[in-house]
Amino acid sequence: MSVDLATVKRVARLARIAVSEEEAERMTGELNGILGFVEQLSEVNVDGVEPMTSVTPMEMKKRDDIVADGDKAADIVANAPNSDRDFFLVPKVVE
Amino acid sequence: MTDLTSLTIAEARAKLSAKEITAVELTDAYIAAIEAANDTLNAYVTVTPEKAREMAKASDARIAAGKAGALEGIPLGIKDLFGTEGVHTQACSHILDGFKPRYESTVTQNLWNDGAVMLGKLNMDEFAMGSSNETSYYGPVKNPWRAKGSNMDLVPGGSSGGSAAAVAAYLCAGATATDTGGSIRQPAAFTGTVGIKPTYGRCSRWGVVAFASSLDQAGPIARDVRDAAILLTSMASVDPKDTTSVDIPVPDYEASLGQSIKGMKIGIPKEYRVDGMPEEIEALWQQGIAWLKEAGAEIVDITLPHTKYALPAYYIVAPAEASSNLARYDGVRYGLRVDGKDIVDMYEKTRAAGFGREVKRRIMIGTYVLSAGYYDAYYLRAQKVRTLIKRDFELAFQAGVDAILTPATPSSAFGIADEDLASDPVKMYLNDIFTVTVNMAGLPGIAVPGGLDHKGLPLGLQLIGKPFDEETLFKTAHVIEQAAGRFAPSKWW
Repeated sequence: MSVDLATVKRVARLARIAVSEEEAERMTGELNGILGFVEQLSEVNVDGVEPMTSVTPMEMKKRDDIVADGDKAADIVANAPNSDRDFFLVPKVVE
Repeated sequence: MTDLTSLTIAEARAKLSAKEITAVELTDAYIAAIEAANDTLNAYVTVTPEKAREMAKASDARIAAGKAGALEGIPLGIKDLFGTEGVHTQACSHILDGFKPRYESTVTQNLWNDGAVMLGKLNMDEFAMGSSNETSYYGPVKNPWRAKGSNMDLVPGGSSGGSAAAVAAYLCAGATATDTGGSIRQPAAFTGTVGIKPTYGRCSRWGVVAFASSLDQAGPIARDVRDAAILLTSMASVDPKDTTSVDIPVPDYEASLGQSIKGMKIGIPKEYRVDGMPEEIEALWQQGIAWLKEAGAEIVDITLPHTKYALPAYYIVAPAEASSNLARYDGVRYGLRVDGKDIVDMYEKTRAAGFGREVKRRIMIGTYVLSAGYYDAYYLRAQKVRTLIKRDFELAFQAGVDAILTPATPSSAFGIADEDLASDPVKMYLNDIFTVTVNMAGLPGIAVPGGLDHKGLPLGLQLIGKPFDEETLFKTAHVIEQAAGRFAPSKWW
């Protein structure tokens, strides 16, 4: 499988990365190089093989359903580019 | 290199506890070495001398009070991927500009709890995506090794290039690193140092910037096998904050050094003899086999038939997980923000400006293989292939193999800005051909220096072990180290 310029632009949009026309063209070549490389997986017989979901057989640990952390709003917004009274500020989303 | 910085961790530990030296003296020696060398090598992206001296002073007090921890007063470098409270933590990416976490990663907290001293944060490929340290926002790291009679700058490998270069150049006693596809073992091999990627789940991933969560694992890079064992003993732990960390007691890895490997079965996988592999790598491998045979191990040929599919499967699984993990960098909660005409424009401009080329490439691949209509063909198939890769190893271990010996890399260190590699991302990816299988199967792997090539550059051997059998790797790597000797670059920087 290979990608064309329109697909690359669509994927960039999905990934929320702005790309120029020139970048999209360059990426088309690079992505096709990588997709060509991974193409060899199609020769592997995977009939009846379970997809891996965990490298070590383990049961997901569960903790008690209690509040174990919190009350640190100031810490959470400390690194925000723009915040006000423990809220993150973003451009207007709803008109 | 001064007398103090030339000490291994084990040697420094002995001198500190005998009160022949102080932790402050040791730390000062490293800070002086970093100040003299870092403009040239670029191994550190941030140096924290005040914090280091403060920690060293506290160490001296604990030593005087007879309360020394296992790493008391030992100065370490920390890869920029580990969250360190109040200190530069950016995964060497522009998108995390100015980020200083309000928390400490579990692995680094374990080290400080044992008395270690932090010298600063080490350079790396951006978000650990790279094999040469050239994708760092802070520029490439220079390998302290140079070819005989050459002034050409070489890469230290990646992604833990700063860690490996700092350890090899005596700019820290040991370093933390992480390994998603070979990022500990390949730079260790390129710099004549020892690096171990432990079993998935052995070290907590909490507080470490995530790249590919099912593959990422922390480990040490050190000057010798003993130091690597000492560091891993402190770094490893079960952690309630990482549900994939495993509740198995951490052994004293150092205790396994010096144990006999007589009667051990060492597997030699024929699939690691790849086309175009330099003769020197084959010769190194044969030498490693001979050393282990001499030490009484039994050498058996094994087959790991899905080896060649590990790298292509990795380049689906790792970018897929990365595209998901890196979705959080949106200019809202931390790091860089580039303003736009609306919120989506702000996201897109921020991510376009904040991520480097390789990171964008991988996010794009990941987004594509997870997108509607392609998931089964790419991601699901890759996860099935991963099951087969793991099964290959399980069959070998079931047949009685105790550890597997392979070369660590297909070549020695290459030049910075190598045109051939820069023009073709897949060529760069092939650097991880011998290491990536281990991450795909979640196994432990150690890289240990085996010798020098005809250019006088270090080459590494890799040992792969059963899950949570790092002890076998340490004792076997120690046998190789005893036979091969240790290698240090001559100082030019």
